[in-house]
Amino acid sequence: MAARAQPLGASIWIGGASCALLLFLTLGTLGAIASRADWETGLGANDWTALRFTVFQAVLSATLSIGLAIPTARALARRQFWGRNALIMILGAPFILPVIVAILGIVSVYGGRGALSTLLGQMGLPPIDLYGLTGILLAHVFFNLPLATRLILQGWLAIPSEQFRLADSLSFRPADIQRHIEWPMLRNIVPPVFVVIFLICLTSFTVVLALGGGPKSTTIELAIYQAFKFDFDLGKAALLGVLQFGICGLAGVAMIWLRLPQGQGSGLDRALIRQDADTGFLRLLDGVILSLVATFLLAPLISIFGRGIFFITDLPELIWMSALRSLVMALSSTALCITMALGLSHLSLRLGRIGGIVEVSGFLVLSASPLVMGTGLFIFFFPFVRPSDMALPITVIVNAAMALPFVLATILPAIVQAYEQFGRLADSLGITGSARLIRVTLPRVRKTLGFGAGLSAALAMGDLGVVTLFGTGDATTLPLEMYRLMGAYRLDQASGAALLLLAISLTLFWIFDMIGRRNA
Amino acid sequence: MEFSSPDPVRRIWRMMMKSLALATGLCLSATTALAQTPVLTVYAPDYFGSEWGPGPAIETAFEASCACDLQFVTGDVLPRLLLEGTRTEADAVIGLNTDVTKKARESGLFGIHGQDTSDLTMPIEWTDDTFLPFNWGQTAFIYDNTKMSNAPTSFDALLNAPDDLKIVIQDPRSSISGLALMLWIKSVYGDKSEEAWTKLAPKILTVTKGWSESYGMFTGGEADMVLSYTTSPAYHIIAEDDLTKSAAIFDEGHYFMVEVAGMIKGTDQPELAQSFMDFILTNDFQSIIPEGNWSFPAKLDSAELPEKFGLLNLPEKTLFYTEEEAAALRDAALDEWQRALSR
Repeated sequence: MAARAQPLGASIWIGGASCALLLFLTLGTLGAIASRADWETGLGANDWTALRFTVFQAVLSATLSIGLAIPTARALARRQFWGRNALIMILGAPFILPVIVAILGIVSVYGGRGALSTLLGQMGLPPIDLYGLTGILLAHVFFNLPLATRLILQGWLAIPSEQFRLADSLSFRPADIQRHIEWPMLRNIVPPVFVVIFLICLTSFTVVLALGGGPKSTTIELAIYQAFKFDFDLGKAALLGVLQFGICGLAGVAMIWLRLPQGQGSGLDRALIRQDADTGFLRLLDGVILSLVATFLLAPLISIFGRGIFFITDLPELIWMSALRSLVMALSSTALCITMALGLSHLSLRLGRIGGIVEVSGFLVLSASPLVMGTGLFIFFFPFVRPSDMALPITVIVNAAMALPFVLATILPAIVQAYEQFGRLADSLGITGSARLIRVTLPRVRKTLGFGAGLSAALAMGDLGVVTLFGTGDATTLPLEMYRLMGAYRLDQASGAALLLLAISLTLFWIFDMIGRRNA
Repeated sequence: MEFSSPDPVRRIWRMMMKSLALATGLCLSATTALAQTPVLTVYAPDYFGSEWGPGPAIETAFEASCACDLQFVTGDVLPRLLLEGTRTEADAVIGLNTDVTKKARESGLFGIHGQDTSDLTMPIEWTDDTFLPFNWGQTAFIYDNTKMSNAPTSFDALLNAPDDLKIVIQDPRSSISGLALMLWIKSVYGDKSEEAWTKLAPKILTVTKGWSESYGMFTGGEADMVLSYTTSPAYHIIAEDDLTKSAAIFDEGHYFMVEVAGMIKGTDQPELAQSFMDFILTNDFQSIIPEGNWSFPAKLDSAELPEKFGLLNLPEKTLFYTEEEAAALRDAALDEWQRALSR
């Protein structure tokens, strides 16, 4: 019995440690700041306005992203066409773009003097009025629609094909399929995806300001930034941080409450054939949806590509070195992230009904202000070590933690399903511990794990991290060098570096995704 | 079949573990680089220490004579210093702006720089013995002279320009140049600043967190003018051979921005820190500034500036608030700004 309990115990232990790390990075760093605060000022009227606006735009952004992602994912799930995999791949790109690159790409297409406005002008129409709520929503959908689509698509593809065949033999109409098969799946998948996107938009700040047109679009994150940089008021920063976590907690509770427990039943994992969707109208509908979404997302990417491609070949050696360093860091982050995700998934399974807590602790990371986290970590570390020595390791750890909610949202449903389908069988065969992980669970979740690892690696490539206080020596990362080029008027080289960053991120994503899919 | 194919998973695992080991190794080797020579640690903003900033050239020039290792630690200088307090590892700091020096001064961390500042080449007098200026510039709106033939020649003209003239500016809450614009308008319009902002509001395409987003939008053609510095065209003229970017010069005058350095009182390298202070106003340091930081050196004869700096449009009149004045005006000015732009 001891041999049986031990390996399982190891994964629970990893899960517990990961949970502790997440709590340290979020609540712990907030506590560190609070410990140094003077508590001179409380929250003022401006802050409550910012709070209302923040929640308002985040709810709207998440609703729009999900609303568009559902038909897009459905179209991708039930259509096979040439270039489908490539399209799914490329659609992942906006999410991993550095914010500043995305803003300039969006402006070049959807700005008042962008490509689209020029086109409209030729047709005698007025240009687009981008700046304001329109710009914020457009940018947030640009970032998050691809992520939502991918996550929801996973749910669609996880529906056992037997269900569709059964539906076919029962002469289900599309409406019946929606009600009996797709709706229950969405009720299970959508709430966490919604919360993830809501939280991403909650802490958004650079985009909101630049495309929101000015101070009427002030978010809590900007207020935190102001508290740190303009007022150096740690107490106020801490209060605002508490506010962000409060909203996150409420969102987490709402998610657990809204979510229907998984009840999909099991199948034989055979390929999905969708005879039900083989009507002319649905085919046209899916075609239109995919074309529109692809055009919307690809246009800014093409603009970014077009700008960067001329400069990517003559980037200084320093940029290539920093790219290599970023690559190693991204892979380390990914290893750590996947380990933590597997541990947390097991912990969540073990906890049963209250397993949602694990997910919420992942969400906390998303609602954490990078500035609060970075400053808190700095307060923890500087008395003991040289902060600049810690900059790279901390970036690796924080990036792993930041990617965790996405990876969890991806693999947790698959792990739960694998457990429900094969758990009893494995129990009865006495397959437990690491043997069970390797022989039963991992083959079931390999596809999603590959996707999760790809996402994590790509995200870690692009993230500038929280270490602006720590200072770096000569060991810089690619995103940092890109920002430095921009800050030194070298916008052309910066666009080359941005393209390099995007190319590496996408390649990483593609490799992991391929490994996951191979023979699966 | 599927139960018997765990190999790819194991391979991924091994690969990840190897890369983790590699990364750890890299980090460790970085920490063990021990230096025999004394180290002078200088905190600097990111742009300053970067390969594209003046840092590397200054490091080489200083190390040629100091028998030391000058290390720039880049990042958010002032917040870091305030958090570290007396435990800071900095021996000196470079790249602070007068709009934040009050907070820096109140920390009590800084010593006396000990330099003669009576003959600087700046448009204002400098008597501060704590913070030593090393370069300066003025805020200005930059435009493309091939697209705009009649750029405004005064702030009033800008305010009264048609609303389809679009400018991008930076947020005073997150950007030093944005803060300077706020003070610039305050110094021109005083009590009427809120009115001025209200008139300017329809022309403001957007407000960005930092300078880079704004400048990128401007060079991308989205806006007609961008808030930057009078010296910005120098980069385009010298590095890109591009004469199309000009600064619009306003009759009312332009707001003065100066960057300063300071010595940490409790440094464990007092002599090195002092010789770094002594180095700042020398020609060796100052001649790096024009093309290293694209701004005016604090003490360099105009004859020694790069020839093409002569092509820059420069204002006759300079406006400036001392740190005391700026600190007293700041919060009320920010409220005005927020009210005017939130309508």
